[in-house]
Amino acid sequence: MNTPTPYSFASLATGIHAWLRQAISNDTLLQVTEMVITGVCLLVFLVLLCFFLGYMERKVAAFMEIRLGPNRVGPKGSLQIVADTLKLLFKEGLTPNGADKFLFNLAPGIMVVTSMMAVAPIAFAKNFQIWDINIGVLYVSAISSMAVIGILMAGWSSNNKYSLIGAMRSGAQIVSYELSIGLSLITIVILSGSLQLSEIVESQANGWWIFKGHIPVIIAFVIFIIASTAEINRAPFDLTEAEQELTGGFHTEYAGMKFAMFLLSEYINLFIVSAIAATIFLGGWMPFHIGSLPAFNHVMDYIPSFMWFFGKTFFIVFIIMWFRWTFPRLRIDQLLNLEWKYLLPISMVNILIVTAMAIFGWHF
Amino acid sequence: MLLAPDHITEEGEFIINMGPQHPATHGVLHLKIWLDGETIKKIEPQLGYIHRSIEKMCESLSYRQFIYVTSRMDYLSAHMNNQACALAVEKGLQIEATPRAQAIRVLLGELTRLSSHLLWWASTGLDLGGITPFFYAFRERETINTILEETCGTRLTQNFIVPGGVMYDIHPDFQKKVKDLIKQFRANYHEYDEILTGNVIFQNRLKGVGYISKEDAISYGCTGPTARASGISCDIRKLAPYDGYDKLKFDEVILSGGDCWARYQVRMAEIIQSLNILEQLIDNIPEGDFLAKTKNVVKLNKGDIYQRVETARGELGVYIVSDGAATPYRCKFRSPNFSNLSAIPHIAKGAKIGDLMAIMATVDLVIPDIDR
Repeated sequence: MNTPTPYSFASLATGIHAWLRQAISNDTLLQVTEMVITGVCLLVFLVLLCFFLGYMERKVAAFMEIRLGPNRVGPKGSLQIVADTLKLLFKEGLTPNGADKFLFNLAPGIMVVTSMMAVAPIAFAKNFQIWDINIGVLYVSAISSMAVIGILMAGWSSNNKYSLIGAMRSGAQIVSYELSIGLSLITIVILSGSLQLSEIVESQANGWWIFKGHIPVIIAFVIFIIASTAEINRAPFDLTEAEQELTGGFHTEYAGMKFAMFLLSEYINLFIVSAIAATIFLGGWMPFHIGSLPAFNHVMDYIPSFMWFFGKTFFIVFIIMWFRWTFPRLRIDQLLNLEWKYLLPISMVNILIVTAMAIFGWHF
Repeated sequence: MLLAPDHITEEGEFIINMGPQHPATHGVLHLKIWLDGETIKKIEPQLGYIHRSIEKMCESLSYRQFIYVTSRMDYLSAHMNNQACALAVEKGLQIEATPRAQAIRVLLGELTRLSSHLLWWASTGLDLGGITPFFYAFRERETINTILEETCGTRLTQNFIVPGGVMYDIHPDFQKKVKDLIKQFRANYHEYDEILTGNVIFQNRLKGVGYISKEDAISYGCTGPTARASGISCDIRKLAPYDGYDKLKFDEVILSGGDCWARYQVRMAEIIQSLNILEQLIDNIPEGDFLAKTKNVVKLNKGDIYQRVETARGELGVYIVSDGAATPYRCKFRSPNFSNLSAIPHIAKGAKIGDLMAIMATVDLVIPDIDR
């Protein structure tokens, strides 16, 4: 796996590195330059990704709701989201009079930064990872739980009662559902024996965990999808926004680009949880192989690894969007019941079963 | 938010003003809510934001004119409001609409009821956080509105009824289009069950929430589907039939649950009953005049008249006091939404904020009808 094929992203990265090394002799400066380049690339990629996700969401919603969706700006309405972003850029970024101005303006930044930080260890393709940290799973769950700080900050500093209720709801919700996310991730950590995302992907070379791990892993996968939908505040768990109850929840008072940053972070979070689910359960960039069919496997290998990764990721993104446009919202006590009375006990029992499976080698 | 400190009675009490501009109040209703965390301790509805003094306006309008002001009360039952006023005037004149006019009135009335219930269904889904159902309901509602537009000229406030009958005859395509609508509705009805009624989250949001007992429903004066879900027989179409409802076969849907889920089911069953009525009547519209002969200037005898009809939301009563002139001396409407709203502070006590949305959605308030 350490010999990059000529057309992979890794060879591109290596080439750029070698070229920069010739131009810049100072090691620290080289590292900083590379970091900046990576950061800029990541920013551009994420913004483009959010444009795409926004467009996809509208089209999926339209598909579910027997209507057409955006179809005026650009071909098939694909530039609608760009036009909307431009509109938001030119809008006045209001700060309410009674608000805590510093925290109010800081909160959207925290939301976006925490979302973007969590992208770092994700393996987009074969040998293409920004930061292959050895505790990748732990890192992602730690970073993503910081988003609650941004929401609480936004809700509390807005000096709006609806925002405050929304923020308090998100505190209860995100902290609760993190447990289930953590526990369902741990099942795969137990099975693969590593916290490093690249190694978890490698461990699925002979079959994705969702196929190898029997029913317990499928249960963990379902719990992960439910809990992460709650974690990123999307319907049917969008109680922090709940526009029909709280007129927008924690971001009621935000307008213009500050509001757009919340939207940006929501879509990045959507991408991250889908990417993590794809990496952990569906084999990341690993192609789909069936053991006894070498010809079939060979054909599958011809599909580039980044296409596998994005295909799986967008499949999960679609599922989460499907939730949003099909289900009504839960009530706050039902939401907490679901977590503490159902998901958490099931995850705990599930972990015991998976541990037994790992010890006795019952999985494939 | 502008409360004086002495209004806050207890430590930790949190007061929010829901409305007059709020997505879930469907209009300019203002609810002052005392909260304890997420739990509602007390609700105080504050009215008057859309008061247009319709009752006072009626006093300066002739008996032919005042009918159309009432379209703007419960705008979703505009046709039934007009019907109530026209019936009241007819009662005063001691005439009756022609059989053809009666059939047209009932047909249009049931179409209006259907479209009103569809909008209710759509907004119930919306209030509980599901946006998709809205578009499914509006698909059928659009067909209904097109039919109404063809015959009446308008889609929402039809203004089609005059004392003694209706303004014009029905459009030549009316019968065919209504039959198509019934076919379309029956074919699509399973989608309504699949996307909302059968959804576990949706059922859990409604079941056991916002309970009104039979006694409470009577004492608060609830009518319509809200009262029928608490086991009260109150369908005016059955109790005091008008415009030939006594000749039609349909069931009065009565459930005893009293909660939001029962109210939901009552309305869903009423949609089917309305379809049945349309089906019975569409091929049997009597021939003849669509308008009975009346004098150009309608004057009622001295005295008072009370006429009630069943709108989509409950019992609408029209009370006219006449002093013999060409305009009413006093006009008073007993609107269903006002009474239904008065039950909300009682039933929402102890509920969560999310429950309040379910309660308001299933009581199905139309705000201009509360203020008038």
